[in-house]
Amino acid sequence: MAEQSGPALALEADDIWAGYNGRTALEGVAFNIETGCLAGLVGPNGSGKSTLLRLILGLHKPWRGRIRIFGSGARPDRLRLGYTPQTEQVDWSFPVTVLDVVLMGRYGRLGPLRRPTATDRDIARQALESVRMADLADRRIGELSGGQQRRALVARALAQEADLLLLDEPLSGLDATAQHDLINLFEGLRHQGKTLLVATHDLSCVAADFDHAILLNRKVVAFGRPADVFTEELLNATFQRHLLLVRLEDRTYVGHD
Amino acid sequence: MTEVLDYVSDPWTLEFMRRGLIAAVMVSAVAAVIGCFVILKGMAFIGDALPHASFGGVAAAFVLGANLYLGGAIAAVLTALLIGFVSRRALLKYDTAIGILFVGAFAAGILIISRRTNYTPDLFSFVFGNVLGVSWSDVWTTAVVAAVILVLVVLFYKELLFVTYDPSMAAAAGLPVAAVQYGLLALIGVTTVIGLQTVGIVLVVALIVTPAATAQLLTRRLPAMMAAGAAVGVLSSLAGLYVAYYADVSASAAIVLTATAFFFLAFLFAPGRGLLWQRGFSPAGRV
Ligand SMILES: Nc1ncnc2c1ncn2[C@@H]1O[C@H](COP(=O)(O)OP(=O)(O)OP(=O)(O)O)[C@@H](O)[C@H]1O
Ligand SMILES: [Mg+2]
Repeated sequence: MAEQSGPALALEADDIWAGYNGRTALEGVAFNIETGCLAGLVGPNGSGKSTLLRLILGLHKPWRGRIRIFGSGARPDRLRLGYTPQTEQVDWSFPVTVLDVVLMGRYGRLGPLRRPTATDRDIARQALESVRMADLADRRIGELSGGQQRRALVARALAQEADLLLLDEPLSGLDATAQHDLINLFEGLRHQGKTLLVATHDLSCVAADFDHAILLNRKVVAFGRPADVFTEELLNATFQRHLLLVRLEDRTYVGHD
Repeated sequence: MTEVLDYVSDPWTLEFMRRGLIAAVMVSAVAAVIGCFVILKGMAFIGDALPHASFGGVAAAFVLGANLYLGGAIAAVLTALLIGFVSRRALLKYDTAIGILFVGAFAAGILIISRRTNYTPDLFSFVFGNVLGVSWSDVWTTAVVAAVILVLVVLFYKELLFVTYDPSMAAAAGLPVAAVQYGLLALIGVTTVIGLQTVGIVLVVALIVTPAATAQLLTRRLPAMMAAGAAVGVLSSLAGLYVAYYADVSASAAIVLTATAFFFLAFLFAPGRGLLWQRGFSPAGRV
């Protein structure tokens, strides 16, 4: 079931215009992503990454343009879309445990009046296991470190068992091991046929491990394989400052001077 | 020994004390459960606003000769929904919307009343509460409304939790976020109205906020917080009525002050989170 023949598209965006209170945030954004790929969404602060993810989810309405998800222009089944917000948008003082939060990933499937079952709990615990957080299941969500909070949010999206995962900066603030673990997890999900669109500021990571990159700065500056789009010219156009590209053997490192 | 028992049981030989206790216990338990959502969303101000707004409805019903509680409930729920509407559209900040709407509705109440010269004690009991003056029919009305609120909270617990905790994720998961938010606001409105009888417009916010805030200091998960809040509310009602009976003071004030005392106890002594705990016992405090 994992291998699909032909370039079935998970996501097609066509001339998307959107913004807030009459101020534009996205200007004619267009790109597409194949099913089963791990795509990075990169761009400077305020470039519209979070806005784009929220548009795909249907949390924000575009002024113009169309987004097709799994080949359909109609809103897809919500259950096929998983999402982790940027941690800044989450209320960490709420009296819920890590497991409670991860279980919320199951709520969309349950429908009204139904409570999570033992199966839902198992799935939630497995999701925690896969981000190496099983031992923290009963912690209050506010009693986690920043990196642990991010992993808990990723676990919630995993518990949803969605086909298209939209992750807003899941890698920020993770230590090297946790980041490595998460990338491994992403690759595992991709092998199961899932599609991931990950907003991130870690360009080196996208260059090394992702198979697709979208360079965004209000417009799509470029999209394609990281090896093709991570050129100094395109990156400088995206970030509007000088970035340093270092290629060592087959790895690319991005820094600034 | 029997003397002590007499002290304990004496107040309850009076029927109006028994009625007052039943009403106060039900109201304070429900108010604490709803209050958990109120304080977690940082909406304590709404617990003050809705009772005031309901005064507009009470006054209108009074002039029209209609049921005062029904009038109050309609005004409170309408104000709650309007507050939700205004702030959902991000037209105004939440507390600004609340401030404008509740003072408006309260002023409308005063305006209506001012046309009539004969203020009756009836209306004053809405302002200051009259828990010892409730009738059996009041008690039954309160019981039915309280039961409906609690059943709704239990049935829709999952939705209420998800939507208050993380509305955008809840929307992304396909939950009817707007309906749940409006529903919660309506429940808060109805809760404040049944609280009017017990403690009155001015003090009802205390029943919503104080026991829930006390419970927040003592618990780690929302279900436990609701249960503990309800327990604090019930204990405050009981203790407050004893104080009112033996000290011959206002019952509503005594109930509210008892709840306040419980809050300060928790604030000082709550394991792990109390002030003294942090100062005296934690490793960080011993610097
Ligand atoms: N809720 C909002 N109301 C008004 N404007 C907003 C809102 N959210 C974002 N914006 C604006 O839209 C633009 C895009 O913001 P967005 O959050 O999508 O950027 P981003 O790429 O996710 O940035 P970051 O890297 O900082 O997360 C910015 O100019 C921002 O000021
Ligand atoms: Mg963002």
